[in-house]
Amino acid sequence: MPKPVAELQALAKVIRRDIIEMIGTAGSGHPGGSLSAVEILVELYFEFMRIDPKNPKWPDRDRFILSKGHACPVLYSVMAEAGFCPKDELNTLRKLGSIYQGHPDIRFLPSLEASTGSLGEGLSLGLGMGLADRLDGRRCRTYVLLGDGEIQEGQVWESAMSGAFHKVDNVVAIVDYNGIQLDGFIHDIMEVKPLADKWRAFGWHTLEIDGHDFASIRKALDEAQATKGQPTCIVAHTVKGKGVSFMENNPKFHGTAPTPAEMELALKELQ
Amino acid sequence: MPARTKYELKPGPATREAFGRALVEIGRENPAVVVCDADLSKSTMTAYFAKEFPDRFFSYGIAEANMVAQAAGMAYAGKVPFASSFSAFAVNKGFEQLRVCVAYPRANVKVVGTHSGISIGEDGPSQMSVEETSLACSLPGFVVMAPADEVSTKALVRAAAAYRGPVFIRTGRPKAPLIYNGGRRFEIGKAIELVEGTDVTIIANGLMVAEAIRASDALDQEGVSVRVLDMHTVKPLDREAIRRAAAETGAIVTAEEHMVDGGMGVRVAQVVAETQPCAMEFIGIRDTYAESGKPEELLDKYGLVARNVVAAVRRVLGRKRH
Repeated sequence: MPKPVAELQALAKVIRRDIIEMIGTAGSGHPGGSLSAVEILVELYFEFMRIDPKNPKWPDRDRFILSKGHACPVLYSVMAEAGFCPKDELNTLRKLGSIYQGHPDIRFLPSLEASTGSLGEGLSLGLGMGLADRLDGRRCRTYVLLGDGEIQEGQVWESAMSGAFHKVDNVVAIVDYNGIQLDGFIHDIMEVKPLADKWRAFGWHTLEIDGHDFASIRKALDEAQATKGQPTCIVAHTVKGKGVSFMENNPKFHGTAPTPAEMELALKELQ
Repeated sequence: MPARTKYELKPGPATREAFGRALVEIGRENPAVVVCDADLSKSTMTAYFAKEFPDRFFSYGIAEANMVAQAAGMAYAGKVPFASSFSAFAVNKGFEQLRVCVAYPRANVKVVGTHSGISIGEDGPSQMSVEETSLACSLPGFVVMAPADEVSTKALVRAAAAYRGPVFIRTGRPKAPLIYNGGRRFEIGKAIELVEGTDVTIIANGLMVAEAIRASDALDQEGVSVRVLDMHTVKPLDREAIRRAAAETGAIVTAEEHMVDGGMGVRVAQVVAETQPCAMEFIGIRDTYAESGKPEELLDKYGLVARNVVAAVRRVLGRKRH
């Protein structure tokens, strides 16, 4: 039974508030790329993936890898709201000893699927898991979220080539195409266009969607699941900093925490 | 005093060949073992495994970074992956992935590098690996090994498969003289005393073990009693064997087919400094890249033969405190 969109949208707002509070309290972190990925993660964790927070290492579970590890506030918040880890510790983000490390760290948070943060590596990990799952006859699926800047890394294309070659159809790559990276707009730093065509050329079944529209995300994930013999890439067009007016499409908020005043303003917008 | 152990050092297969054969045996026993290769399976000898277990062999093409990270993904999902290429490519090109995907989360990945050192020969320095032991040892939690011959390679590959955690094994291209006959127990982190001695200790690994034995034979003729240790595990080192060598013989020469900087020898020196300081000499590559040539010509030119070990022993004995 799909959840009503209004319920998912309400959840997305809670996640966005968490993200702002976590990063604002920490005084450092990456709000822009966390906010752009909210709907994608909410759809995966609250509707689509077969997961069990009470049994996080269930062998047949679906897996999620945040290859763009710097966006971990969105992952921590979604996992906490889903019951994998404590909500009341979210504001310890980036502090010494916190389970919510500056980038996802499986040593501190074992319900993660991987430690990530060094860009370009998550899709390889996911494909390795997908191959192992296929060998063992498990029907689980692996979802990997990549940044659009991240795909400038050469390893992404090594992994893309191998995913199609080995027909790893239980793995889905999702590119959070928000158009901004640390130093500025993607088209000023290192253009990745034509992005969908690149994935198609590498042999992936490729879809382009609005990454903030739950129905579109759901439909794309359904189509990925039905696609056999090749992996699927979902190019999700998103807005960096989505939901907070002064962060939207603003490169400054790739990796800058809001000041206390900005935090207050952002939380007011997210009422 | 018991008779000195004599080694015939008969010709044996390359350690990479022993690795390839061992993989097949382990593959038969453990269905979780999978193998990844980067377009060198006919050279790394993982082709034997690929032939017998095509479903458990994964070809990655010439893309080592992706191969190492996918091996990590397989390990997270319960497999025991062996990822193989030339040492220079598996470790150096896959280093970032060994760091973040393997060492940092302590993934159960085994990386086996072949064509290590300069004894690969004619292909020259771009294919030679003289830095990878240093790199691998710098990764927290990694086990790093450099076996000397067929028997020890097979045993240590087996030990790596049974061990839970990241392992790097360095093997070589040329045929390696036989040292062991099967009567020994090989344990990760336990050095093997091949020759007993009291005046000086040679600590060697890989193909330098045979050179160390030859050096000890020559020195024995001169009345120098040389202990020879096969330090097949570079990390974790056998600290007790090193401490005893320092305490009982008072002088140590290390010998490895690797850059001296960051290699086995300087790691041994750290243990010596921490436990029982003594005079030391280091045989290895000295801050340079080699060139094309026959393996035996290169080993001779770059100072990696018994004669060089003998000279180092003489030097260290001159500095030994009596």
